[in-house]
Amino acid sequence: MTLVSLWFLIIAVVWTGFFVLEGFDFGVGMLHGVLGRDEAGRRAVINTIGPLWDGNEVWLVVAGAAMFAAFPGWYATMFSGFYLALVLLLGALMVRGTSFEYRGKRDRPAWRDTWTGLLTAGSLLAPFLIGLALGDLLHGLPISSHHEYTGSFWTLFQPYGLFTGVTLVVLCAVHGATFIALKTSGDLRTRAVRLARNLSPIATLILLGFVIWTHSIAGKGLLPNPVEIAGVLAMFSVDWLIGYGRDGWSFAATTIAVAVTVLSIFSELYPRLMVSSTNPLFNLTIHNSASPSYPLKVMTVVALVLLPVVIAYTAWTYHVFRRRISDKDIAIAKEKEEPSHDHVH
Amino acid sequence: MTVVADRNVEPVTPTGRGAMALDLSRWQFAMTSIYHFLFVPVTIGLAFLTALLQTAWHRNGRVEYLRLTRFFGTLLVINVAVGVVTGLVQEFQFGMNWSDYSRTVGGVFGAPLALEGLLAFFLESTFLGLWLFGWDKLPKRVHLLTIWAVAVGSALSAAFIMAANSWMQHPVGYSLGNSGQAQLTDLWAVLTNPVFLWGYVHVLLASLATAAVVMLAVSAWQLRHRGDRELFTRSARLALIVLVPTMILTMFIGSELGVVEARYQPMKIAAAEAQWSTCQPCSFSLFQIGGGNNDHTPTQIFSIPHLLSLLATNSWNGKVIGLSPLQHQYAARYGPGNYVPNVFIQYWSMRVMAYLAGLLLVLGLVGLLLMRKKKVPASRWFLAAATWVVIFPFLMNTAGWLLTESGRQPWVVQGILLTKHGASPSVSFTDLVISLIAFGLLYTALGVIDAVLMIRYSRRELAPAPAATDSDEQPRVPSMLY
Repeated sequence: MTLVSLWFLIIAVVWTGFFVLEGFDFGVGMLHGVLGRDEAGRRAVINTIGPLWDGNEVWLVVAGAAMFAAFPGWYATMFSGFYLALVLLLGALMVRGTSFEYRGKRDRPAWRDTWTGLLTAGSLLAPFLIGLALGDLLHGLPISSHHEYTGSFWTLFQPYGLFTGVTLVVLCAVHGATFIALKTSGDLRTRAVRLARNLSPIATLILLGFVIWTHSIAGKGLLPNPVEIAGVLAMFSVDWLIGYGRDGWSFAATTIAVAVTVLSIFSELYPRLMVSSTNPLFNLTIHNSASPSYPLKVMTVVALVLLPVVIAYTAWTYHVFRRRISDKDIAIAKEKEEPSHDHVH
Repeated sequence: MTVVADRNVEPVTPTGRGAMALDLSRWQFAMTSIYHFLFVPVTIGLAFLTALLQTAWHRNGRVEYLRLTRFFGTLLVINVAVGVVTGLVQEFQFGMNWSDYSRTVGGVFGAPLALEGLLAFFLESTFLGLWLFGWDKLPKRVHLLTIWAVAVGSALSAAFIMAANSWMQHPVGYSLGNSGQAQLTDLWAVLTNPVFLWGYVHVLLASLATAAVVMLAVSAWQLRHRGDRELFTRSARLALIVLVPTMILTMFIGSELGVVEARYQPMKIAAAEAQWSTCQPCSFSLFQIGGGNNDHTPTQIFSIPHLLSLLATNSWNGKVIGLSPLQHQYAARYGPGNYVPNVFIQYWSMRVMAYLAGLLLVLGLVGLLLMRKKKVPASRWFLAAATWVVIFPFLMNTAGWLLTESGRQPWVVQGILLTKHGASPSVSFTDLVISLIAFGLLYTALGVIDAVLMIRYSRRELAPAPAATDSDEQPRVPSMLY
């Protein structure tokens, strides 16, 4: 495998890691208002990702930086081409990120409801916009011979990109529901299980549609490959697995479905990076947009040394916070923190 | 030598709407960077100070230190939230607004950013989660390590971003490819760039000083208005003990950084003194009336002989080449154009930074003196002054970045790429108006919320310490929850 191919693979893996991890954070954000019937319930749902979401979002930072470093041409064309969509995405991520920290900092219902609204909206918008962008890469956008995007903001919204966005939103919702089922107990878990069971058949159909459409866009007929079929089957099995109380397995199944979705976009894209609908000759490819070999070599060494370390301490974090949370924990914790933490003047 | 942006196309100097779009992109970059850097130094410094407090609790088991750790830890996370989300904008805007810049230098500039994510952000974010939520889940010693990991992670992230920025000030370890793209040839050279080494230490120290001033101001307010004298006298003492030496070192390293920059970016330093003609020895003016790029003979008030020579060259009679001869040199070397940065910004940002640093140092020394006499809690005027100076480090940090970034203009990468050739051709004037308004509104809203929360939580009354804490038995500390 050549160095540029390896970096394409690393970037695909980082995007997959981002959606697998931040995907359930998005789901939790979308669902916390629905699943948590009262304030304690909502806080319990948010706290399932409390210690995790910030680390998960770093995968996005690394994905962006890896594209910048390994394929500066790709980073430049894509990020300037998606300009207003990215402004919107950054806005969504900003209100979402601050809502975790700020929501609980005041006790007023209006304050908490506002942040719940922002958290929900941001968590819906972010995977949709990133999905739209990934779909657009494969579908093709007007790109000139100078590798400059020549369309407008509205050109980004073509049907396949929109459908990719919707697919990822739905997948993140199910992924979030299986995560909440795995991480909570009592009524919260029951409601999360019910939601996952209701959503998974719809998600299966959407995912099936997505893999078929992806194949036909890539000009490879309509028949999905075995990996993609495995992804669809994984999503199909969620209803059944979670029905039998296999929370861990159902979360593993949605993880596979999310991973397969992101990887299928990248595998159909390869060796292209951005398809030009103006002229195939103007496509951005791993060859015409890459950094020279020295920086790639340096970064390969660094990535191969550091990624395992990062994954190791991330895994340890998940182990530390493995216990299920319920709304009762929130009430107890609140009592404990009351004397020292809630005396705000 | 003309500077080629990329793809063998001669760069065109933008005119009309293109020129306005360029200005908007520059305003947006300045706005985002300045805003982001209001939060970054507090994070870096306060993570370190919080780690110190928790270490003190770990060592001597006194519950006061635990309460202080929790108190300042809460301020830390309120502040981190905005720092993290604006950091994302900071990363994305290179590609969004400066695509030709990204294409031209991504082969060098991208690597430190990727390293920053892998080495620093993961560490900082993951361990902040462990620290916040791990109080009752981790062994005490391991939990202490998590806050140190946060402190190390945030300091490391500054290292990589400073390495990247220093490369823009003084490019090293690269070669220019056929199409004008910069290609990394020596990572070690980038990481040992003298501008980076001095600049990084300067930024770290400034961050520590910023957090010390914040801690001092909060403690002073508490001492003035609330009852917990013993507790906040302790934190005021820690803040003062950190502040005074860091302030002295920040000023010293900053002036050394000036000498290094005068070597590679003589325009920057000459402009900081509004020195249009070459001088030897050179004096330093405390104030001036008039000045700017069109007034070459401002009225200088209180000139101190030899001081500029010392600051710029480290020698008593050092020579500083003036802006006019430098402009001739640059025009001969790089082609026609105006290579003089905004002199007004250079002159005053330098002085804002230096004078406020002097005031803070005096305040810190007075504070230490009062502390020795155990008069800090009773000295109302000192406590009032120590509260209000909280604005100073933020002005100084902003001035410092204006000095270094505006002083590099018209270059985006010194000697390689002009700022006007770095912008995104595909982003329109309308796009930029929309994004500038959107980010402006978001930053304002988040800034107000952050400030309100910081003030509320700084003024919080701490309840008395939990009664049942035997020295043998570890107090069970609940996690901080969202």
